[in-house]
Amino acid sequence: MQNGSGSATVAGDERSSRVAFTVNGTRRELTLDNRTTLLDALREHLDLIGAKKGCDHGQCGSCTVLLEGRRVKSCLIFAVTLDDCSITTVEGLAGPDPLAPLQEAFIAHDAFQCGYCTPGQLCSARGMLDEVAAGWPSAVTDDLTGAVRLTDAEVRERMSGNLCRCGAYPHIVAAIRETAGER
Amino acid sequence: MSAGAVGRAHPRLEGREKVTGTARYAVEYPLDDVTYAWAVPAAAVRGRITRIDPDPALAVPGVLTVLHHGNAPRLAAGVEAELHLLQDPVVHYRGQLVALVVAESIEAAREGARHVLIEYDTEPHSTVLTADHPGLYRPEKVNPGYPTDTTEGNFDAAFEAAEVRVDVTYRTPAYHNNPMEPHATTAQWRDGQLLLHDSNQGSTAVQAALAELFEIPRESVRVISEHVGGGFGSKGYPKAAVVLAALAARQVGRPVRLALTRQQLFGPIGYRTPTIQRVRLGSDADGRIAAICHDAISQTSTLTEFAEQTAVYTRSMYAAPHRRTTHRLVRLDVPTPFWMRAPGECPGAYALESAMDELAAACGIDPIELRIRNEPTVDPDQGHPFSSRNLVACLTEGARRFGWADRDLRPGTRRDGRWLIGTGVAGSSYPARARASAATATAFPDGGYLVRINATDIGTGARTALWLVAADALGVPPERVDIRIGDSDLPPAGVAGGSMGTASWSWAVVRACQELRDRLGHHSGTLPPEGTTVAASTADEVRAQQPMARYAYGAQFAEVRVDVDTGEVRVNRMLGVFAAGRVVNPTTARSQLIGGMTMGISMALHEEGLLDERYGDWVNHDLATYHITGCADVEQIEAYWVDEEDPDLNPAGVKGLGEIGIVGTAAAIANAVRHATGVRVRDLPIRLDKLIGTSSFT
Repeated sequence: MQNGSGSATVAGDERSSRVAFTVNGTRRELTLDNRTTLLDALREHLDLIGAKKGCDHGQCGSCTVLLEGRRVKSCLIFAVTLDDCSITTVEGLAGPDPLAPLQEAFIAHDAFQCGYCTPGQLCSARGMLDEVAAGWPSAVTDDLTGAVRLTDAEVRERMSGNLCRCGAYPHIVAAIRETAGER
Repeated sequence: MSAGAVGRAHPRLEGREKVTGTARYAVEYPLDDVTYAWAVPAAAVRGRITRIDPDPALAVPGVLTVLHHGNAPRLAAGVEAELHLLQDPVVHYRGQLVALVVAESIEAAREGARHVLIEYDTEPHSTVLTADHPGLYRPEKVNPGYPTDTTEGNFDAAFEAAEVRVDVTYRTPAYHNNPMEPHATTAQWRDGQLLLHDSNQGSTAVQAALAELFEIPRESVRVISEHVGGGFGSKGYPKAAVVLAALAARQVGRPVRLALTRQQLFGPIGYRTPTIQRVRLGSDADGRIAAICHDAISQTSTLTEFAEQTAVYTRSMYAAPHRRTTHRLVRLDVPTPFWMRAPGECPGAYALESAMDELAAACGIDPIELRIRNEPTVDPDQGHPFSSRNLVACLTEGARRFGWADRDLRPGTRRDGRWLIGTGVAGSSYPARARASAATATAFPDGGYLVRINATDIGTGARTALWLVAADALGVPPERVDIRIGDSDLPPAGVAGGSMGTASWSWAVVRACQELRDRLGHHSGTLPPEGTTVAASTADEVRAQQPMARYAYGAQFAEVRVDVDTGEVRVNRMLGVFAAGRVVNPTTARSQLIGGMTMGISMALHEEGLLDERYGDWVNHDLATYHITGCADVEQIEAYWVDEEDPDLNPAGVKGLGEIGIVGTAAAIANAVRHATGVRVRDLPIRLDKLIGTSSFT
């Protein structure tokens, strides 16, 4: 998934490399410090501030984005390893109008308060629903052979990598369940 | 106010921005020439810095400067010891922010911070709170100005004479606020003017403190706090980040972004003090309490006295002719504790509401009935009448919704497979206060209105609530009203804290809107293009409020299951019923109450700052090792409220509901665990090792 073959160290500066990846459908070419995380590349170099820095250690989930369609914690990935990769952030979940059903459901269910964990919750939910559709089991899945039934317990288990200090969890679960029902 | 927008559910105004990632928080504003700061924590617990060598840090490519006490711009003394940063070499606690690296990039700043060499002369330290600490003393008062000790009647004699006596000691650990957005600031100086984008719970206070520290007029400081990623008390007063960012920006002459790391949120920004609480209850055989005493011990730092009002909850909650409360404090070599959601009431209620459950068990009566039997008619503390008191309504309505009837009082009687099942209840109260605020209201010729007030929405839904209140006060549909908050250029307003935000701000908004309506009523002809504006302040009205006992009340119910083999505790369901005056927006009110109860589950079962005395610091200072309640931990949680009209509060009739949700929750869970297992855990959190070692689990 992560493909480093195309990135190149910048001449005369072994601390930086050129990298090109696609973010929300737009190709981006950047020269980045090799230590720059995907999260900081998005926030500090592309002004895509939807992905949040809550802990910078992969512990809170606020920075969750989709990498090749799968949810990842963008604070744990060096951006220069992502040459030719495709990234989707909360800004790319839908156009500005209309909102994605998941976004509409989060508003309707008041699935957030301060909003800081919300972009991560949304990207995580998007990736999680695709995992369920692909039949991936979780720790609480009883039947590992059939299709996954998306119960409240399944959603709670699968969304537990995204912390919310305001305590919007039951509303997050309701919003995701409603959206899953529409699919 | 006309019946209209208030009381009807409305999605929050900034919802769209928050779900599309376009809501900008403190360090997310686009800027040219921006630099990045990274704070350096002290590695010593108590002592002095003898030498700082910034050269290895300055050698890191991209590092611009290293600020420390030897070179930082000077700050005015006497504002607040906590904020007197980088001014002297004294180290008061491990983790104190003693240097700051400023660089062209986050990566360079972070690397530079590792290379600042600091040497210390250290002294022996004391960092653990104990009930017999030689440094215990009686503070002059406890927060936010209560008497330290109170006494009524003769507690000792009445307790001695009581038929049933409970004498128990509870302990709570250090709890860390951990808002998801760290304390963060972007600072810029332009021509002597300081512009701050800052994450706080009240930028009027930030503006005032920074003006004092830098000795510039208040008008020279502007603080913008449009969106704030939570605070839970920790951002209720300016803290280190905003001061360090302003110092750095002045030093480098460029904008500076500074976000504290998650690890740095465990100390320098405050935390809920650990407590040791002895509660004594003496009653007759029917549970009528004659004597009640609550002795609370907590800690503060060597920098500032922070005296948590832990036992104040007990002063007004239940009736008893003979009563006493005391607070003792010890200055340790630790960071200064600070506000965390319901400071005082929350840990105090854990103790008292647990002790009430113990008394109910000792008397063999239902814990709801025990509370009803000890319901006071006036405030037992001051003798003032209650503006409204609906604790009993919360208990009885909660009992009905929860299914409390026919509960077997005996513990350990319900079992489902390997799970022991139990239920518990606790009462809650929280003061309903208001602070002076100002607002303006403007009418435009096109029929639109603008209401301005420096309120702060930290996720409470304040922006939306004030908008609804304003529309009703103006007598127009909300769609014709614009609301502006979160900027110190707006009329000054109090903090988003102490459950007094909506009460304080809506008061000023209503007055401004009413005066505007009066003005327009006398106005003939068209309005000028810039509109007609009136300003209102509630300072006189708030000051003139008659003394009364004004409290919100609540009752939390919990059902838990406890694994008979592992001692694992799970919360099957939580239900809370609250009496908090008028509810402006049911949507955001419910979210706040559920959020408070969720943090209470966290307090009861998950959170615990584990201090290592050798290093004088919490070892579990990140979100991998300091556990907060996650999505899988909240299985079923519901919040309801009783209708309550209270004319003795404020024009909007609100009590505030940011804290009441958490107050009794930990006790309700501890009481449910005792009901499930027969084991009374008196030191939070309820970890499995505290259960499986007991006779109920062998």
